[in-house]
Amino acid sequence: MRDPSATLLALALALSGGPATGATGAKGSAQASTTRATEPLTVFAAASLSDVFQEMALHLGSTSETPTIRFNLAGSQQLATQLEHGAKADVFASADQRWMDVAIEKGRIDGAPRTFVHNRLAVIVPASNPAKLQTLANLARPGIKLILAADSVPIGRYSQVLLANLSQRLECGPDFGAKTLANVVSREDNVKAIVSKVALAEADAGIVYGSDITPTNRDRLRSLEIPADANVLASYPIAVVQGSDQLEQARAFCDFVCSPAGQAIFARHGFTPIANAATPAAN
Amino acid sequence: MTARRDTLSSLAWRVGLALGGTGLLLLLGLPLAALALRVRPTELITRLADPFVLDALRLSLLTSLGATVLVTLVGLPVAYLLATRAFPGKRWLEVLVDLPMVLPPTVSGLALLLALGRSGWAGRSLDAFGISLPFTTAAVVLAQAFMAAPFFVATVRAGFSSIDPRLIEAAVALRASEAYLFRRVVLPLALPSLLAGVVLAWARALGEFGATITFAGNLPGVTQTMPLAVYIAMQSDLEAAIVLSVLLLLGSGALLYALRSALPLFQPGAGAGWFFGPSRRRS
Repeated sequence: MRDPSATLLALALALSGGPATGATGAKGSAQASTTRATEPLTVFAAASLSDVFQEMALHLGSTSETPTIRFNLAGSQQLATQLEHGAKADVFASADQRWMDVAIEKGRIDGAPRTFVHNRLAVIVPASNPAKLQTLANLARPGIKLILAADSVPIGRYSQVLLANLSQRLECGPDFGAKTLANVVSREDNVKAIVSKVALAEADAGIVYGSDITPTNRDRLRSLEIPADANVLASYPIAVVQGSDQLEQARAFCDFVCSPAGQAIFARHGFTPIANAATPAAN
Repeated sequence: MTARRDTLSSLAWRVGLALGGTGLLLLLGLPLAALALRVRPTELITRLADPFVLDALRLSLLTSLGATVLVTLVGLPVAYLLATRAFPGKRWLEVLVDLPMVLPPTVSGLALLLALGRSGWAGRSLDAFGISLPFTTAAVVLAQAFMAAPFFVATVRAGFSSIDPRLIEAAVALRASEAYLFRRVVLPLALPSLLAGVVLAWARALGEFGATITFAGNLPGVTQTMPLAVYIAMQSDLEAAIVLSVLLLLGSGALLYALRSALPLFQPGAGAGWFFGPSRRRS
């Protein structure tokens, strides 16, 4: 049994969304391995990367001479806007190409970004399943409380693609997308806020990434199966930020997340490693 | 010698006042001026026709007025009791009423969700009657009222407390009932602070963000008030966010300016509580 107050705190942080979720660093742990006094490496990362990047920071801290890694975790759209306005960072990891393109366009990216991991979408319902949802087609039933993200958030855009894909299918019907969108009760600003509200059973369902079902919330959530050919393959690009004064370390971080060791950590966290992505990316 | 020292210390006093004053003026004035001067008036007017802005504006006015009415109805008796009675647990009540002022709004929102959410303490009973508060406009009103109540109670209570006790004594000596006393003596004398309380509560409700997005979510036309619209717009369309911010700034500024101008028109009996500093008690 976990400490309930810790769970509440985590929920509070996630619910607050935005910058409040960010800045949770993996300080200290990574510092012990080296005596070099370097500036911490600042990584701007999509909210969906929270858990997996924290683990990577621990992993890096115990094996190499990487400096302390400091994360700014928020919706990719927020990170891109912060970069646009001159936020100082070393690495940017976005949950979709759109916001990486914005960062490039604003001259904040050094070199070319590379896709480092993929993710599938998941339709989550509270473990208690208050609306008794059994299939995806049920999402269109009037009165369902569905939470999506705002269109500016990568998961919000991916969710629209998923709903469009499902509308093509016989079991859902052509008006599935419109009826389901009519059930949306909130547009959150990052994917973790959706997870928290569904885990609290305040909504009947939410569309998130497969990797958002974690050991911490697994007993509070269930997921509805999405047919593989209707699912969306989210692609995450990573790049070094223009003006980083730790180019070498920033590149090393990008290399690590793409390396077999990094990819293995992603796979453990429910992401789809780059080598395994079968269907084309939807952007 | 002493005279000279006096001149010196008086000079130091003036320099200190000027420096402090300038510092605060810059701290508060610079950012607000930077915001206000970013938008051309014509752009402000064209943007007002944007449904995104219009919906948020309409919803903000509606909910903040609702919250103000609610706070006035439930806050007035509490302010009166706190000002006139001693009772066991009074200190606890005072702390309870102060708390929303110091708690991070997100924490307040989470508390509301855990109490009034459909799987929350009280929410579960409401759910049995088919009432579900989260993600509704009513939830926005509750979140705003929660955050605005302390401002109303503190202001009005101070107004009640600063009434010249001899006036009360005189009325009591004339065998006025307490209800009569309240209606004909206390309320008219405390009118300026009542007005100040109402306007402060309104302004606070208008600016509410954290508790709203946590408890009521974010859906245009239903729960997306102006501050939420600013936050969401800021993540992708900064210009829209600036326009919305300027509208909020102008609205709140006008509200407070009108309050300060209108108050002296009321008879100068009881001061408007802590909003105007200690009142001049006539002796």
